[in-house]
Parts: sequence; C-alpha cells; structure tokens
Amino acid sequence: MSLERSDVENIAHLARLAVNESELDAVAGDLSTILELVAQMNSADTSGVIPMAHPLHMAQRLRPDEVSEIDERAHFQSIAPATEDGLYLVPRVVE
Amino acid sequence: MHTKSIAELGAGLRAGEFSSVELTRAFLDRIERYEADLNSFITLAPEHALTGAAKADAMIRRGEAAPLAGIPIAHKDIFCTNGLKTSCGSKMLDSFIAPYDATVVSRLDEAGAVMLGKTNMDEFAMGSSNETSYYGVVHNPWDRRLVPGGSSGGSAAAVAARLCTAATGTDTGGSIRQPAALCGITGLKPTYGRVSRYGMIAFASSLDQGGVLCRSAADAAVMLQAIAGFDPRDSTSAQEPVPDYSEPLHESLAGLRIGLPKEYFNEGLDGEVARSIELAIDEYRRLGAEVVDVSLPNSGLSVATYYVVAPAECSSNLSRFDGVRFGYRCQAPADLEDLYKRSRSEGFGAEVKRRILIGTYALSAGYYDAYYLKAQQIRHLISDDFRRAFERVDVIMGPTSPTTAFAIGEKADDPVTMYLSDIYTIAANLAGLPGISIPVRQAAGKPVGLQIIGNYFQEAKLLNVAHRLQQESDWHLAVPAGY
Repeated sequence: MSLERSDVENIAHLARLAVNESELDAVAGDLSTILELVAQMNSADTSGVIPMAHPLHMAQRLRPDEVSEIDERAHFQSIAPATEDGLYLVPRVVE
Repeated sequence: MHTKSIAELGAGLRAGEFSSVELTRAFLDRIERYEADLNSFITLAPEHALTGAAKADAMIRRGEAAPLAGIPIAHKDIFCTNGLKTSCGSKMLDSFIAPYDATVVSRLDEAGAVMLGKTNMDEFAMGSSNETSYYGVVHNPWDRRLVPGGSSGGSAAAVAARLCTAATGTDTGGSIRQPAALCGITGLKPTYGRVSRYGMIAFASSLDQGGVLCRSAADAAVMLQAIAGFDPRDSTSAQEPVPDYSEPLHESLAGLRIGLPKEYFNEGLDGEVARSIELAIDEYRRLGAEVVDVSLPNSGLSVATYYVVAPAECSSNLSRFDGVRFGYRCQAPADLEDLYKRSRSEGFGAEVKRRILIGTYALSAGYYDAYYLKAQQIRHLISDDFRRAFERVDVIMGPTSPTTAFAIGEKADDPVTMYLSDIYTIAANLAGLPGISIPVRQAAGKPVGLQIIGNYFQEAKLLNVAHRLQQESDWHLAVPAGY
C-alpha cells in the first residue's frame, strides 16, 4: 500500500497536523513503509474470528449516578494557554 | 548505600542506622555526580524529595513504616505529579504542571517512598531507544555510546547506574522490559488492568500498563505490592484481589514447566544473546524445572498488528492536545484551524506525528475493516496461542530483545527497523499478559535480558521464578563500571 502526496495531505488534515509541502514526499515514503509492514496481517486467515475488544473480556463497570467530582475549574484553568472569566480563549470562530 | 536492596535499606532505616534524609541526600549526590553523563532525568525534585524524606523519617520513628517508607525512587515522566512538571518527553507538555497525582504516584507516596524526580523517556512513550525525547537522548550507563532502550529509557538508566533504588515505567509494546534488558536490570510489566492507568498519560489505552524497573525481583515485588490493585478511577482496572508478592518469592521451582516458543529463537536472534538465554534456561533445569517446546504460531504478526492498534489508539488519545486547554499553543494563530494544526505540528516530534498519521489513516472512512478490525481479530489469534500454551506450561521464556543495546543514531532514521526491536515483547501486550525481563549473562560486556511471560495475574509466579534465578546467580548484581 503506497500513499501519494494527496493522501498525506488528506490524512494530515483529518489529524489536524500541518505537513509542509517540502516534507510531503518523505512523510508519504515513511508511512508507505509502515503500511508495507502492516500488510503482513493479510497473511492471516481471520474469517469468523471475533475481534478482541479487551484482553480480559471485562464488561464496562457501572457506578451509581452520584456527584463524585468537586468544581476545580479555576485550578485546571490555571495551566491553560489563555482564559478569561472562566472561559478558554481561542481565535474568533463566528464573524 | 546505593547498592543495597529495598529490604536492606528498609531494615537500616528502621534500625536507625541512617535516616531517609541521609539516604535521599546520598542519592541526590549521586545524581549530581553522574546525571550529566546519562541525561536520565527530565526534572529533579530535590526539595520535594527532602520534604518527603523528613515525613518518612517521622513515619519510621512512629513505627508506622511500610516497606517502602523512606526509599528513594523515581517516576517516569508519563505519570502526573501534582504541582510538578509532567512533560511525557514532549515539547507539547514542556510547560505542563500536572494538577493532580496519578494513582501510581499517590500510592507510592502513601507508602512513604521518596520521589527524587521524573525520568526521561521517548516522547509520549513512542520509541524503543529514548531518542525521540524532546529532552535529548539518554545514554546507557554500560556504554555511553549506546541507547538505553525505550521508552522507559531514563528509568532504566537511572536504576542501572544506581541513581535511585527503583523507578516506575510503562509498557505498551515492551517499554519496561526492553530498556530493562538493555540496561541490565529487572523490569516487570503486570497484567493489563493490574496497575491503575489513572493519571498515566495515555498512548494506546488497550495496551498501556504501568509497572516497575528495579535491581532485583525481590525489589520489584515490594514496588508492585504498593501500586497494584483496583482503582475506581480507571475504567479498565481489574477487580482481582492482590496477593502477597514477596512471600512466594522463595518457593521451589521443582516441577515448574517452562515453555520455549520456537518462534522466539528464530534467525533474527543474535547468536550471543541466544547463548546467554540458553545458559539461563540450563540454570532453571538445575533448579528442577522441566523445559518443553511450545508454539505461538501467530506471534510473527505481532509487530504488524501492533502498528495498527497502537497508532490508531494514539491518534484518538492525542487528539486532546489541541492548544486550547493545556500544553503548547503556537504563536499568533490566524484562526481556530491554524491554532490546532500549528500547535500540534510544532508541539509534537516526528515519531509522534508519524504514528498519529498512520492511526488516523487506519481509522479513516473505508479502511476500518482492513486495518483496526483485522488487527483486533489477529489479537484474538495471538491471545489464543498463549491460552493453548498455558494449558501445558506455567511460564514462557525467551529473549526480551533480539540484540543487545545498539548505538545511538544507528536506527533513528529507520522507523521499521526500530519497531522490530520489540518483536519479542509486543505479543504479551496484545494479549494483556504479564512479563518480566531479568538480566542474564552479558554478551561482549553488554546486558542481555531473559523474558518470562506468565498467565493472567500470575505476577507472583513470575517474581518467584525470577527471584530463584537471582538467588542462584549474580548476573543481576553487576554494576556498570564507574558507577
């Protein structure tokens, strides 16, 4: 499975990563090499095999619907890049 | 003092031969003397350590001392430490002061262990050589030109050089066992779910497991005892009761059935490493174990399967690093998309980006069945191989790594060759099984690790099997020259 420059641009956008024009070929090459390794999976016959969701086949644990957390907004926002009045600041989204 | 076991140090502390403050100072002095050669720490916390040591001394005086009270340890910088920088080896978190403690950190804290600092690691635990760290490579104390392994490379180098008694680590595809092997120490990756993942920065959530890097199996038993157990804050934490890990250490190995998977002794294995492994297995025969051949026919697919599952889960987990709530934010973003893209591109290193891209591709529309679903099916086949093997044997043994430590820079530009360093460790992660690496006879002056894989929740058996060899041999006592 070989990836083209346009594939890398598309994947990078989905992953919200910026890949420079000048890096596209190298990244496409690296990813294609990894996909060649991954293609070894095709040698296994997996028809009818149940995908493994959890090593111990555990079910999701439930707990009573009770408040268990205290409000620590100010504490958590103290490490944010930019906040104001308890809100996270980002560039304007709606003009 | 730096060569004593946790039990010996604990006895000395309780007998009043030395205080935890004195012991902590001795280790801080060693760090000051050797750290420039190794780069094994990202953050040192001497004040935090001395405050903790004074608290531990008070605990000891009151007679409340647990086995780890006053013992200096280090945490891999993937575990959140309240009020202290937690970088995960990344520029993305260079300014991140964790607002809470990981469960592993709080449990060791409650046990009275003294944290000296946070150890270096591959960025977001993605690497097998510690070369992807934003904070620079770690040098192997056995030979500074060599890598220490990864991703818990700082923890392994620090323990090997006796800069701390023990350290925590995490293992997603071999990140405890492989650096332990390459640095000549004991590294234990418990069963998936045995140790809480709360506050442990996520890489691949269905594979990640916290564990310990120590100088012996007996030390590892004490460390595991402190961190193992159910945690309601981790949704995949196992509810299985925690047994006593130290008491069965001495049990006889007479009649132990050891399985040797023929797939782990293939043409990719270095000849000298193979001979060291065979020598260790002969020791087990002398201790009364019976050695039988087993087969793990699908283990050859482990690396391929892992490089779908791990990147897929990492692409999802690392989407939280968006430059908005915490971590790195780019300068003067033009708009929200620019903020996301540049913060992530500037904050993550090349290997992390590579894995995010592979994972995003594998999970993108139209490819799910061919990649993630297929990989999860093969995980089932790999897991079934182990299940069949454990019907016949108690433990499985083989090499931890196909080679000894390689040179810094040797594999750095070739991702797939680097990925193959974990060829023998990955299968245990895919199946969720516990594994330990212990030092055996060195090959040309470089450490070699014997890997022992056990059935689910058989950590006590692994530690027992490892400890008995360490009682009969002195391979684990070797200290790198100059340290």
